[in-house]
Amino acid sequence: MGAGHAHRLYRHGHSPVHTLPPHTKLAAVLCFVIVVVSTPREAMWAFALYAALLAAVAYAARVPAAFLLKRLLIEIPFVAFAVLMPFVAQGERVDVLGMSLSVNGLWGAWNVLAKGTLGVAASVLLASTTELRELLLGLQRLKLPPLLVQIASFMIRYGDVITDEMRRMKIARESRGFEASGVRHWGVLAKSAGALFIRSYERGERVHLAMVSRGYAGSMPVIDDVSASRAQWSYALTLPCAALVVCLLGWVL
Amino acid sequence: MTDFPESSTASLEVSGLAYAYPDGHQALFGVDLTLGRGERVALLGPNGAGKTTLVLHLNGILTGGAGTVTVAGLPVGKRHMAEIRRKVGIVFQDPDDQLFMPTVREDVAFGPAAAGVKGPELEARVHKALAQVGMAEFADRPPHHLSFGQRRRVAVATVLVMEPEILVLDEPSSNLDPASRRELADILRSLDVTVLMVTHDLPYALELCPRSVILSEGVIAADGTTGDLLADEDLMRAHRLELPFGFDPKSVKVTSA
Amino acid sequence: MHVPDGFINAPVSAAAGVVAAGAVAVSLRGARRELDERTAPLAGLVAAFIFAVQMLNFPVAAGTSGHLLGGALAAILVGPYTGVLCVSVVLLMQGVLFADGGLTALGVNITDMAITTTVVAYLVFRVLVKVLPRKRSSVTAASFVAALLSVPAAAVVFTLIYAIGGTTDVSIGKVATAMVGVHVLIGIGEAVITALTVGAVVAVRPDLVYGARGLNRPLKLRVGGELVDAAGTPAPAAVRGSQRKVWLTGLVTSLVLAGFVSFYASAHPDGLEKVAHDKGIDAKARKHASDGSPLAGYGVKDVSDARLSGGLAGVIGVGVTVVAGSGVFWVVRRRRTADTSPSQLTETV
Repeated sequence: MGAGHAHRLYRHGHSPVHTLPPHTKLAAVLCFVIVVVSTPREAMWAFALYAALLAAVAYAARVPAAFLLKRLLIEIPFVAFAVLMPFVAQGERVDVLGMSLSVNGLWGAWNVLAKGTLGVAASVLLASTTELRELLLGLQRLKLPPLLVQIASFMIRYGDVITDEMRRMKIARESRGFEASGVRHWGVLAKSAGALFIRSYERGERVHLAMVSRGYAGSMPVIDDVSASRAQWSYALTLPCAALVVCLLGWVL
Repeated sequence: MTDFPESSTASLEVSGLAYAYPDGHQALFGVDLTLGRGERVALLGPNGAGKTTLVLHLNGILTGGAGTVTVAGLPVGKRHMAEIRRKVGIVFQDPDDQLFMPTVREDVAFGPAAAGVKGPELEARVHKALAQVGMAEFADRPPHHLSFGQRRRVAVATVLVMEPEILVLDEPSSNLDPASRRELADILRSLDVTVLMVTHDLPYALELCPRSVILSEGVIAADGTTGDLLADEDLMRAHRLELPFGFDPKSVKVTSA
Repeated sequence: MHVPDGFINAPVSAAAGVVAAGAVAVSLRGARRELDERTAPLAGLVAAFIFAVQMLNFPVAAGTSGHLLGGALAAILVGPYTGVLCVSVVLLMQGVLFADGGLTALGVNITDMAITTTVVAYLVFRVLVKVLPRKRSSVTAASFVAALLSVPAAAVVFTLIYAIGGTTDVSIGKVATAMVGVHVLIGIGEAVITALTVGAVVAVRPDLVYGARGLNRPLKLRVGGELVDAAGTPAPAAVRGSQRKVWLTGLVTSLVLAGFVSFYASAHPDGLEKVAHDKGIDAKARKHASDGSPLAGYGVKDVSDARLSGGLAGVIGVGVTVVAGSGVFWVVRRRRTADTSPSQLTETV
């Protein structure tokens, strides 16, 4: 879970995908994923078409395939789960290479792998073409409760600060010859976590003071707002609409 | 309120201010302090003297003790809170606390936007404030990508943009390298506002503030020209104030206006 | 445990989304009550903390390591409402930014990891703090148990969701044994770390531990010279005593009930597995698994898991009963104290 947080998510660029307003992209990705999830798993060709659609988006956004594939690694824990499915699921069974596998389980594994991978790929494309700040504006525009957007925005702002503090504490521990190597050292690590919490909370109080000092009275002023033209909306929604056509075909055929 | 008394020339008037924290610890024991318009004053004092507590009273974050605080003739209280917070700009010690928005521009815009300014006027004010501290070209950067000195300057801009009556700085020179320290001093000198500077950095106080007050054990223990106070060895020792090694306040020629 | 897209079918994902949205809405309101206008910065910072602490690796042995999930920790440190909010925001951001957990599965993930862990941990914690002697070590012990139960509880909820909306027919017994089995182990790690972390915070800033605030009040003699503060508080002490009796009764009742559950479970050693067996859907799979396939070892694992699940039913039985029973007490008590002491929310700056 902690993997992949370290490297940069956003790839700077000026492609047509980059310049779309964030809320249209968010809406497009969400609709796309919903469509993918509601596709019958037997329509294997449909998933190939979805992948082709995403590849087209990646091409338009000039996101290199290697970058995209590397980010897909986040899925690995569930791949392991999916691989187990054919062995443990029940129902009709087939013999593959001398192993008895459940047909149902194979379908299930395929289902999870295909849909999960497409979902991850879509999210990765979104995150690599949209700046953090833009994403927050997009969520705000999509009517997520403002308080939630504020909490998220504070989390993003201070995530780095706190991670940095954590790193400094680690360096301080190590320079005094401490190296955590097993359960015995949990006490020390937990003390660091406790100290980190106290620092975070106290910083929260100071931030609040700074906000109040500048006229904060419970609601954030709207400084930036994003808006999208009809053309931008229709451009962004091309993806889920195309996917919807594929999905409907998948149900009909 | 209609009572604009004779003190309308004073930016800040504190009289008989006493305060105890809810846990019973009393920090202020009757503070009297007046700052004229356009003055630059250093607030000196040992750790635990009540400096921060005093600062938090200036814009009404702490209230409820005895005594009064008046900013440009306006008493600090629930009634005028928004106005007071616009007039008193506090720059906190850690710029990371002060810069809480995702980009520099939004952070500087936060105060005026909360006061209802928007559109091109907001944009113009943000630009002006950032230009005042020499950070205009950093407007779209996230704060955590700036150096510490740059962050401190942006923090000053977030307050300047409110066009405050009085600028309160908490340890402005802490953690700055000598160049950033001088740059900040130049900026502060160029501003046409009343400045109250809380600091342990005595040479910095001497450089920037013609007048100093010493807060000790919750009261103002001394009030005079910075040069005189720093040269008074007994006074300094009594309040745990120490000059840096080799620094002689009498040998420094202060040229500020 | 971040569920990806396609793991749970669309209707159930949508339903979980509605549940999650409702719970987040309630928490938004609750957090505003707990923190008023400080909600945004404080909850944001705590969310950043949870986010950071999930990256803090706790080495186990031989190069493996685990990390904190943080639901229980958040609930105990900042209260259930703020806790739900913080963990939800972390999950939301992990989904949107890191593609960790599917967007359509966000509802499932929030229901499971933000709501279940936080609520279970908080209720267990409160009950234990009420019942145990009023000492700091009790806070640590209560945190331990709370975190220990919160993780398998999340696994149980996941299993339930899977039972309703799973896209593959794996027998529920198996999912339950695997999920709960693994998560009991994870829960032990979570419990140790949570307890140690809460212990560390209590030692330095006891006032910051939300779940222990009531505990600190009567002891408020922190400053050596100033005992004056204690004058205001002795009145509620009597109420406290009788209340404690009520809480104790509650706990004993739930323990007795839980005893029945575990007795039942031990009388049928293969507990949850039995459910699957009764439905006659399990036999075939097990026979297959053991007849000479490369994964024959799985059958052995299965049996030992089944035994484990018998013991587990007891643990979870206690947990669930304590939670359910005390939930009622909690609501009643809250209502009563809300009328009498609004001072509960006073803060120090």
